[in-house]
Amino acid sequence: MLLIDCPYCKEMRPEVEFSHAGEAHIDRPADPSSLSDEEWESFLFLRSNRAGICFERWYHIHGCGRYFNAVRNNVSEKFILTYPAGQKRPSDAQIKGALS
Amino acid sequence: MSHFSLPSLVANALGSNKGWTKQWAKPEPKANYDVIIVGAGGHGLAAAYYLAKEHNITNVAVLEKGWLGGGNTARNTTIIRSSYLRDESARLYDHALGLWEGLAQEINYNLMFSQRGAMALAHTVHDVQALKRRIYANRLNGIDGEWLSPQQAKAFCPPLNISTDARYPVLGAGLQRRGGVARHDGIAWGFARAASARGVHIIENCAVTGINRAPDGSVTGVETTRGTIGAKKIALSTAGNSSMLLDMAGIRTPIECFSLQALVSEPIEPIFPCVALSNSVHAYISQSDKGELVIGAGTEQYFSYSQRGPLHSVEHTVAAICEMFPIFTRLRMMRNWGGTVDVTPDRSPILGLTPVPGLYINAGWGTGGFKATPGAGHLLAFTIANNVPHDISAPFSLKRFQTGNLIDEAAAASVAH
Ligand SMILES: Cc1cc2nc3c(=O)[nH]c(=O)nc-3n(C[C@H](O)[C@H](O)[C@H](O)COP(=O)(O)OP(=O)(O)OC[C@H]3O[C@@H](n4cnc5c(N)ncnc54)[C@H](O)[C@@H]3O)c2cc1C
Ligand SMILES: [Zn+2]
Repeated sequence: MLLIDCPYCKEMRPEVEFSHAGEAHIDRPADPSSLSDEEWESFLFLRSNRAGICFERWYHIHGCGRYFNAVRNNVSEKFILTYPAGQKRPSDAQIKGALS
Repeated sequence: MSHFSLPSLVANALGSNKGWTKQWAKPEPKANYDVIIVGAGGHGLAAAYYLAKEHNITNVAVLEKGWLGGGNTARNTTIIRSSYLRDESARLYDHALGLWEGLAQEINYNLMFSQRGAMALAHTVHDVQALKRRIYANRLNGIDGEWLSPQQAKAFCPPLNISTDARYPVLGAGLQRRGGVARHDGIAWGFARAASARGVHIIENCAVTGINRAPDGSVTGVETTRGTIGAKKIALSTAGNSSMLLDMAGIRTPIECFSLQALVSEPIEPIFPCVALSNSVHAYISQSDKGELVIGAGTEQYFSYSQRGPLHSVEHTVAAICEMFPIFTRLRMMRNWGGTVDVTPDRSPILGLTPVPGLYINAGWGTGGFKATPGAGHLLAFTIANNVPHDISAPFSLKRFQTGNLIDEAAAASVAH
């Protein structure tokens, strides 16, 4: 079971307290009615899905009840960073820093 | 390649089994092929076989980064059925089931294909409604399906607990008698042998690292860990690695990868005569010919390429099995493992052309593509040979995520395998 560091509760809690909420940093379209089919496809369905570093949302459903983001290696399953929703996507340098 | 038959068995037994020849060749890669198939899972090998057999295209290589059949083909719980809800899916999966039915004879290989019946259990009123709806939809599509009362379900599967004070009482079951299981390795080995006999090159330890393109965008070949190999057409059949391969051609995919786990018990005498699936309590079970109970869990919640999963999901699954089949509570579990499943938003596969000329895709089978192995290969071969999708697979295009014509088997089919 994963141990997850909730950035609000500031505590390491077991995975069963959380629910995964998909890829992070996918912005809702500012003007939905102006979107083409290609843009809708991209927003709704197209995903990064690479092996290695991934950005994902988690929901501390059985804790504080809030959403946050995480950077995780999906091959080793190790969390690298967690941070509150709304915060900018960490830079490569920040990720490297957290890894060292 | 020797033919398998009773006389050949007897002759080889008398010769201390020293007379068997290698089942497939291990050639060095050539510089060029007409068609390259990436991924020697069951699907890729099936496509190679049907290209050779039905389209007379034999200058074909199947490139595999590991060993053939070592991906999800080796890791799955081998449940086979065609009882899918949507018309498009019913045609697709029943096409595959139809091919399974004659395949062992056709390729002269024992696939241990056993149509022992796949029974989906209903534990809630909603389950009952959904399963009955599916049975009626299946029948309209010419697919066998019948509703069983709890007593009939118990008669069909004696270990089942149908007592009304169970935590999730069995309210009935939907049965497809033509469903069943097969030997996971058998289908990969059988297709490898049959394809190799028709001249197809199967090249293992050869990971594709890049897709080469001409100035007009069309494919010219692949970069691999064993050098550059040219090809006029390239088909990707790489299951859990498909997003990365399509990335090499600049195509973003509607696929996300997760771990899916399975486990087996210690081997016991024959006790479990069918396949039982329960979506509500989340467990799938059958018994292998070795005697092990083969049990499947649900997909993990987070993105993963680790090919493993957490213990708590296994515990949850085993709890469900013990609840439905209390006779197994003292049984020991022997091994568990995971595979990386490639899941699409509508839980239906993607099989067809891509925006890149000469590049074809077969992916997104997620948690349920073993059953489709011969069908997917057959339809992919048609698509490669004719450069147009087959009628049956046409609705499963990559384009559907743009047009919105999704084929929703997510909630509707109500069973993950
Ligand atoms: C635990 C578990 C249980 C399952 N249970 C069932 C079930 O009961 N019924 C059912 O129908 N389905 C089930 N499935 C799903 C099923 O296993 C798959 O859908 C199916 O096996 C996919 O077959 P394939 O040939 O496409 O993939 P694979 O067998 O995974 O083949 C893909 C191949 O591509 C190779 N490859 C990847 N990248 C590269 C590269 N860059 N270069 C060269 N080669 C590459 C891989 O090494 C692999 O061998 C289950 C899956 C899992 C994990
Ligand atoms: Zn919290």
